Amino acid sequence: MMTTATASRYTAEYRNIGPALPGKILPWLQQLRAEALVHFSAHGFPSPREEEWRYTNVSAIEKKLFAPVLGFVPHLQTVNAQWLKSYQLEDAWSVVLVDGHFSAEFSILDGLPETVSVMSMADALTKQPELLETFLGRAVNNTEHGFIAFNTAWFTDGLFVHVPARQVLEKPIQVLHVATQADVMSTTRSVIIADEMADVKVIETFAGLDNSYLSAAVIEAFVGANADMALYKMQCESEKAYHFGGTYVKQARDARFTHYNFAFGGLLARSDIHVDLDYASECELNGLYLGIKRQHIDNHTRINHLKPHASSREMYKGVLDDRARGVFQGRVIVAEDAQKTDSQMNNRNLLLSDDAEADTKPQLEIYADDVKCGHGVTVGQLDESSIFYLQSRCIDEETARNMLTFAFANEMVDKVRIKHLHDKVLEQVLMRFPQEGVKKSWL
Amino acid sequence: MLSIKNLHVNVGDKPILKGINLQINPGEIHAIMGPNGSGKSTLAHILSGKAGYDVPGGTVTYQGKDLLEMAPEIRAREGVFLAFQYPVEIPGVSNIYLLKAALNSIRKHNGQPEVDAMDFLTLIKGKVRLLDMDEKFLYRAVNEGFSGGEKKRNEILQMAILEPRLCILDETDSGLDIDALKVVAEGVNSLRSPDRSFVMVTHYQRLLDYIKPDFVHVLAHGQIVKSGGAELALELEEKGYSWVEQAAA
Ligand SMILES: Nc1ncnc2c1ncn2[C@@H]1O[C@H](COP(=O)(O)OP(=O)(O)O)[C@@H](O)[C@H]1O
Ligand SMILES: [Mg+2]
Repeated sequence: MMTTATASRYTAEYRNIGPALPGKILPWLQQLRAEALVHFSAHGFPSPREEEWRYTNVSAIEKKLFAPVLGFVPHLQTVNAQWLKSYQLEDAWSVVLVDGHFSAEFSILDGLPETVSVMSMADALTKQPELLETFLGRAVNNTEHGFIAFNTAWFTDGLFVHVPARQVLEKPIQVLHVATQADVMSTTRSVIIADEMADVKVIETFAGLDNSYLSAAVIEAFVGANADMALYKMQCESEKAYHFGGTYVKQARDARFTHYNFAFGGLLARSDIHVDLDYASECELNGLYLGIKRQHIDNHTRINHLKPHASSREMYKGVLDDRARGVFQGRVIVAEDAQKTDSQMNNRNLLLSDDAEADTKPQLEIYADDVKCGHGVTVGQLDESSIFYLQSRCIDEETARNMLTFAFANEMVDKVRIKHLHDKVLEQVLMRFPQEGVKKSWL
Repeated sequence: MLSIKNLHVNVGDKPILKGINLQINPGEIHAIMGPNGSGKSTLAHILSGKAGYDVPGGTVTYQGKDLLEMAPEIRAREGVFLAFQYPVEIPGVSNIYLLKAALNSIRKHNGQPEVDAMDFLTLIKGKVRLLDMDEKFLYRAVNEGFSGGEKKRNEILQMAILEPRLCILDETDSGLDIDALKVVAEGVNSLRSPDRSFVMVTHYQRLLDYIKPDFVHVLAHGQIVKSGGAELALELEEKGYSWVEQAAA
């Protein structure tokens, strides 16, 4: 733990930007932000001495002192507008956040059912402050770690979604984060609420121009009784970027939640996905991380089985090449009360070079006695007998290796059932395996 | 087509094949029979180029070229096909993708353009029907979750599409019920032609009831201890392997 003496430069520099941030007339939010500031001043960013950060050192973020973007969002040049749109999904509503601020120009929100709210967080703080008061900061605490306090203190905008009871949204909602400026931080906070028996799919996309910047995004999601929520994260930050993305989910009884974490970009990227499960709820966490060059990609999941009869399924796969490092830390905690828990956690890593590294640490903490919990991890190379099989089918060795690598990753891509998103994710995977081993036209 | 002369194969220091001689001419079907562990799969593997074996002596000539010098994929493109005893599962690669990739590699090797998508579908659907398979198998991952019999059919499907010159079938009959065996045999028989040869590795005579070999060789302890015509298989069926093993000893 850091002491006050080593307080972050961020606190020193940005302690007083509060009046420029949204929600400044809401006392409850002011209090939350003040508490966050106190916590962050005291502790700073997480350090590798903390168990849940032991493989990831974020001190570079402290050194770089990224600057907040306050209010003003420059108009994008035509070429950048086209680049932005290449990440925008067809057949989806979208909230586009440019450098952490809502862009009305690019967002698409027409045709939403009247009872459904989809808007920027800044808007929601004006239009629905009471609702937000009961949800913001309830799925994750400022004290969780430095990034949460940091985010609460300084978020400039975000996504707000509220789907009322029994409402099924046919089209997905995309929140597209784009980073266009160098050396800035974009800090966003989002809240997604699906009431009882509602059904909603939300896609988070992160993309950035070829700069160094910090993207720190926190989502709190609340899945009501018997509701269905799917959250997709497609992280394609620039290769110089720093990314922290936290997803904190509370599931009510019988709720279903599925998460897909496609972690592709960033120099240093960390995802937290934490889920609290109530009685007979179900969650599924899927992840695919691809690391090349010197990328460091860390995934931290925590599944809290709090009540009986809930089930969780988790599958994370990593492909690491060059000098990349991938981390998987998966915790499953089964409370004393959570009898009949059914949980399975898997992490599989493929190392493509001698210098690549995978650190995997599954943790089961079981306090109930009548449960079915399993986990498995592998770290390895491609299977030689599979390579020979493909060679015996006329495929040269290099192509065979590419095909198998792609196949390993593609298993996760194929889980995505939203066609347009599936194609975008696939495109990103193929971009990272550019060898002619895999021909898209044949897939 | 294929000429094996005094072939010795070791795994590490352990000799597995100890001087095999075999001459296979175009259009012929040779059955290689023998007890478990006699080296049948090793022979099939060494012909298709699997790594991990040493060849301290002997030669294998395929269509006038030194087969052992060629990379496995070159052998395959030149027309050597191995139907595996234990086909490998490849999650994430669809059957149809692999077939297209394989066929196009052969075409490229022969200086031909990529196969037209429509022609390919017509070709493949015809073969799927021939082998009495469900078209859904085309879109499933290669062998993943297939039953033993489905895997074997899938091997023959690949063979039917790639039209090799030398087909090596390693225990294709094992794991097949009698109906599936007939379908597979029909598939193989439909591929018979004057310029295509077959090496059928099998432990039992069963398959040979449906695909009649021109020659039968008995492999025991890494050597061919007896050769004969189709009738040799029947004799083996009746008397078991100990008879030839002893005769050779
Ligand atoms: N990779 C290997 N390493 C060690 N021994 C092997 C290997 N492959 C085959 N063998 C041995 O070689 C012999 C022949 O095996 P195999 O060719 O599979 O026989 P068959 O197919 O006739 O049953 C067996 O004794 C087997 O244990
Ligand atoms: Mg064998």
